[in-house]
Amino acid sequence: MEKILETKNVSKIYDLGEVKIHAIKNVSLEIYRGDFITIVGKSGSGKSTLMHLIGLLDTPTSGEVYLNGQSVGGFSEPKLAKIRNNDIGFVFQSFNLLPRTTALDNITLPLEYSTIPRSSWKAKAFEMLETVDLTDRAMNKSNELSGGQKQRVAIARALINDPSIIIADEPTGNLDTKTGDDIIDMFVKLNAAGRTIVIVTHDEDVARVAKRRITLRDGEIV
Amino acid sequence: MNVEQAFKSALTTLGANKVRSGLTMLGVIIGVFAVVTMIALGRGLQNYITDQFEQIGSNLLFVAPGRARIGGDPAQAFSRNRFTYKHVKLIETYASDYISTVAPFVQVGETVKYKTKLFYASVNGIDYKSFDLYQYEIGIGRTFTRNEERSKKRVVIIGPSVKKELFPNSNPVRERISIGTDAFEVIGTFKEKGKNFDDGVLMPYTSSMNTFDLKHLTNIVAKAKTTKDLPSATRQIELALLRDLKKDDFSVLSQQDILSTITNILKILTIGLGAIAGVSLLVGGIGIMNIMLVSVTERIREIGLRKAVGATPTNIAMQFLIESVILSVSGGTIGLLLGWAASYAAQNYIRAEVTIGAVALAFGFAAGVGIVFGTYPAYRAGKLDPIEALRYE
Repeated sequence: MEKILETKNVSKIYDLGEVKIHAIKNVSLEIYRGDFITIVGKSGSGKSTLMHLIGLLDTPTSGEVYLNGQSVGGFSEPKLAKIRNNDIGFVFQSFNLLPRTTALDNITLPLEYSTIPRSSWKAKAFEMLETVDLTDRAMNKSNELSGGQKQRVAIARALINDPSIIIADEPTGNLDTKTGDDIIDMFVKLNAAGRTIVIVTHDEDVARVAKRRITLRDGEIV
Repeated sequence: MNVEQAFKSALTTLGANKVRSGLTMLGVIIGVFAVVTMIALGRGLQNYITDQFEQIGSNLLFVAPGRARIGGDPAQAFSRNRFTYKHVKLIETYASDYISTVAPFVQVGETVKYKTKLFYASVNGIDYKSFDLYQYEIGIGRTFTRNEERSKKRVVIIGPSVKKELFPNSNPVRERISIGTDAFEVIGTFKEKGKNFDDGVLMPYTSSMNTFDLKHLTNIVAKAKTTKDLPSATRQIELALLRDLKKDDFSVLSQQDILSTITNILKILTIGLGAIAGVSLLVGGIGIMNIMLVSVTERIREIGLRKAVGATPTNIAMQFLIESVILSVSGGTIGLLLGWAASYAAQNYIRAEVTIGAVALAFGFAAGVGIVFGTYPAYRAGKLDPIEALRYE
């Protein structure tokens, strides 16, 4: 299977002056195309830090992160931004939609930083809305959507640049059980369609549907 | 993200906060309006003075008492006044080579009364030749004669403003008006000549000195034959007067001297006014910076999100910079239009002029304010850590 993302002995240390916090210790993991991974652990176990590292939002103190076989160590912030734009789709616990902006415009946000011509945006966005089954809400502003609808818009936004990997941080955390289950079903469907998905969660129900589970404790994989 | 998208995005954001954007712009609007209006009024004032001088007539030399220079101590000018008609004669006799006319001038401010109506006029005592010298045009009636001048006859020619106030619907000729303690007969009116002249009353200088019990002329006015003769005429007048007066008793000023001195003063005044107005533009700029900083703080999560989906620090900084430039430039445009409208509205009173220079200055300054005061908030937004930003509550 094709290896999409790999971390080799990655550590992250936060230097807070007097104390040094080892958020992640020597973590090595491999993510393959079509994977469906959950990263679980108690709060403070280093889940979020690991997510930021594989999402290229943060750089490790030591160790290497490889994306599509290439080390991203030492990349400049603009270059990392470009990679995030092309290869990584984020879904957040609190949706993070732009306020007072339509679902359609929220979905096309990543395209603003891409080279994809504007003329093709709308068609692409509608395609994504169809994927998340929300075509009738295209023109609704974000504050007019329910929590589940918001998260589906966020998933569509994560998908629009056809990323190599989708990283979701507690995607059901702000939703009721029923809506949360719908969202998880959606991830399952996307994975079945070939998408590579990484979900950071402490929800056992979510963790159960994944193909692979990575448990962190005190910054280490157990 | 290209510039067009950045603009669209900025307009959307600004449109979402209409009141705030409007108020922020208001600072720049007022600033640019003030700068444009002040400069336009300054120009208008210069135009006004120039016009006034042109209306007096050309090639004139003013012989003023004392070592009076514009900007000097005015008290000195009055205290040293020793001019009498004798000095007019001296100039006529000894400086005739380059001078076509020389005339005495006596000026007092006095209330002119006709029945119950009052008008505060500038009462100008001149000689019979001065009507040509100053290029007065007679409306109705006549000017006074040499004999009337000699006999200190109490006759006046009134200006259009005086006529309008005292004789709105009647012919003033042969009516009697009182000036000071004496009664004068109106023998004519003169046509509109400019604001400085129109509220004037003309009478023989002899009558004026008699009525107001004056011992000295206010000044002496001479007309050089040609513009080229002005320096020589000035020299000859000085020599002529030195026969009787001391060097410090008088000064000869050409129209051009006075005009350029006044124009210089007005230029400095205009720059000063513009600079003061510029301070309000600066305050407007600080307003922009303030609101942009608030906006950055408010949108920290949005910034985090944009960074997560691929915005570079430059993309983010540009977005905020464009917002502040849009605020300042649209504020500048509105201020400019208002300033232009105000200058246009003032046309009836003063020939205010919005010059290209003033437009460029105000506009450039407004855009500059947007860039300068937008840079720091934009820089702050650009360098936010995406993880911190996404976590921000």
